[in-house]
Amino acid sequence: MIALLTRDLRLGVRAGGGFGLGLAFFLIVTVLVPFSIGPESALLARIAPGILWLGALLACLLSLDRILTLDWEDGSLDLLATAPLPMEGIVSIKALAHWITTGLPLVLVAPALGVLLNLPGPGYLWVTVSLLLGTPALSVIGTFGAALTVGIKRGGLLLSLLVLPLYVPTLIFGAEVARRGAAGLEVVTPLTLLAGITFGVIALLPFASAAVLRINLR
Amino acid sequence: MTLRGIDLSVSRGGIAVLEGVNFALSPGAALVLRGPNGSGKTTLLRTVAGLQPPLAGRVERDGEEIAYAAHADGLKAMLSVSENLSFWASVFGTDNIAPALRAFDLEPLSDRLAGTLSAGQKRRLGLARLMVTGRAIWVLDEPTVSLDAASVELFAAAVRTHLGQGGSALIATHIDLGLDADVLDVTPYRAVWRASDPDEAFL
Repeated sequence: MIALLTRDLRLGVRAGGGFGLGLAFFLIVTVLVPFSIGPESALLARIAPGILWLGALLACLLSLDRILTLDWEDGSLDLLATAPLPMEGIVSIKALAHWITTGLPLVLVAPALGVLLNLPGPGYLWVTVSLLLGTPALSVIGTFGAALTVGIKRGGLLLSLLVLPLYVPTLIFGAEVARRGAAGLEVVTPLTLLAGITFGVIALLPFASAAVLRINLR
Repeated sequence: MTLRGIDLSVSRGGIAVLEGVNFALSPGAALVLRGPNGSGKTTLLRTVAGLQPPLAGRVERDGEEIAYAAHADGLKAMLSVSENLSFWASVFGTDNIAPALRAFDLEPLSDRLAGTLSAGQKRRLGLARLMVTGRAIWVLDEPTVSLDAASVELFAAAVRTHLGQGGSALIATHIDLGLDADVLDVTPYRAVWRASDPDEAFL
């Protein structure tokens, strides 16, 4: 399992691994928003938490079809399936590797990009906390979508359509934590729900992902 | 342990391709599968490897004993030869890749990125993976594709060593590897086509 994780991380940061893809997309979105909305800082401050969350979610979505497709194309997935690793473990490691190469960098740069959007003072903490708690769910749900569409040539569109509705609860509660935090309001309720969704999908979805992957490998 | 296929029927895309195949493979023996293109050799091997369930009949095996090698080698272009091999070694819980590198003459290439290898060199690396799995039953699908005569000889030698150590091999191939092996021609077992059985996952 550790070997699979280190291999995926190593591949992620080598040329063509897609490590910078989500990060660059996130940067572009947040840099461009002030230009399109206009320089009104009060308005920017109000929408900043939502924009940061939306940008992070779309950046995450962008790299989902790499999670399993590359391994399927070069035959590694068949070989991994016959290896002594449980399929649930394989998909969990894949999701973890995706989070480390995509989700975690987004969490780390979000406060820096908050400056561009005039994010209010208390918002920095809550944007970071909500992304830290919410992005693992995006990777795990994304791996489920990737398992469903593995083997479909250029299944990226189908993958996005399947995964987006499943992302909505995380987006709603994540952005709500960030918005309330930025406005100096109580955040416990949306934070609890966000954590609940994340831990729920981490506990349950790997079983579903493994089951559909077994069927798709037939 | 002996690998057995008992009255085995296999299907591809919901359509039966082979029916009533029987075979047994005991330790130290090799079995060569023959048959024209599309006759179901790959499907049979995937079923034996446990990647898909049989349509009927059963495979008697210990899933932890099978090392499967498909048409695709499962190599990562951006990892070096030794990194690729070490990865598979640690997945299968072994750590010594030196004998495998030596057996397939990959030592001079061990620091090259797999993406820069020729087709035959990639194939040799894919086959070297079998040796680091430490598993007893090799299930091989056209292992000699893109290998030159010298490399085929290296491969045959590796298989002979494996058989000598009490391992066994089920090989789909068209060329003569010079092995003392039984031959199973799948042509007589080809299934008669009929309206497809509803085996699709989401029907």
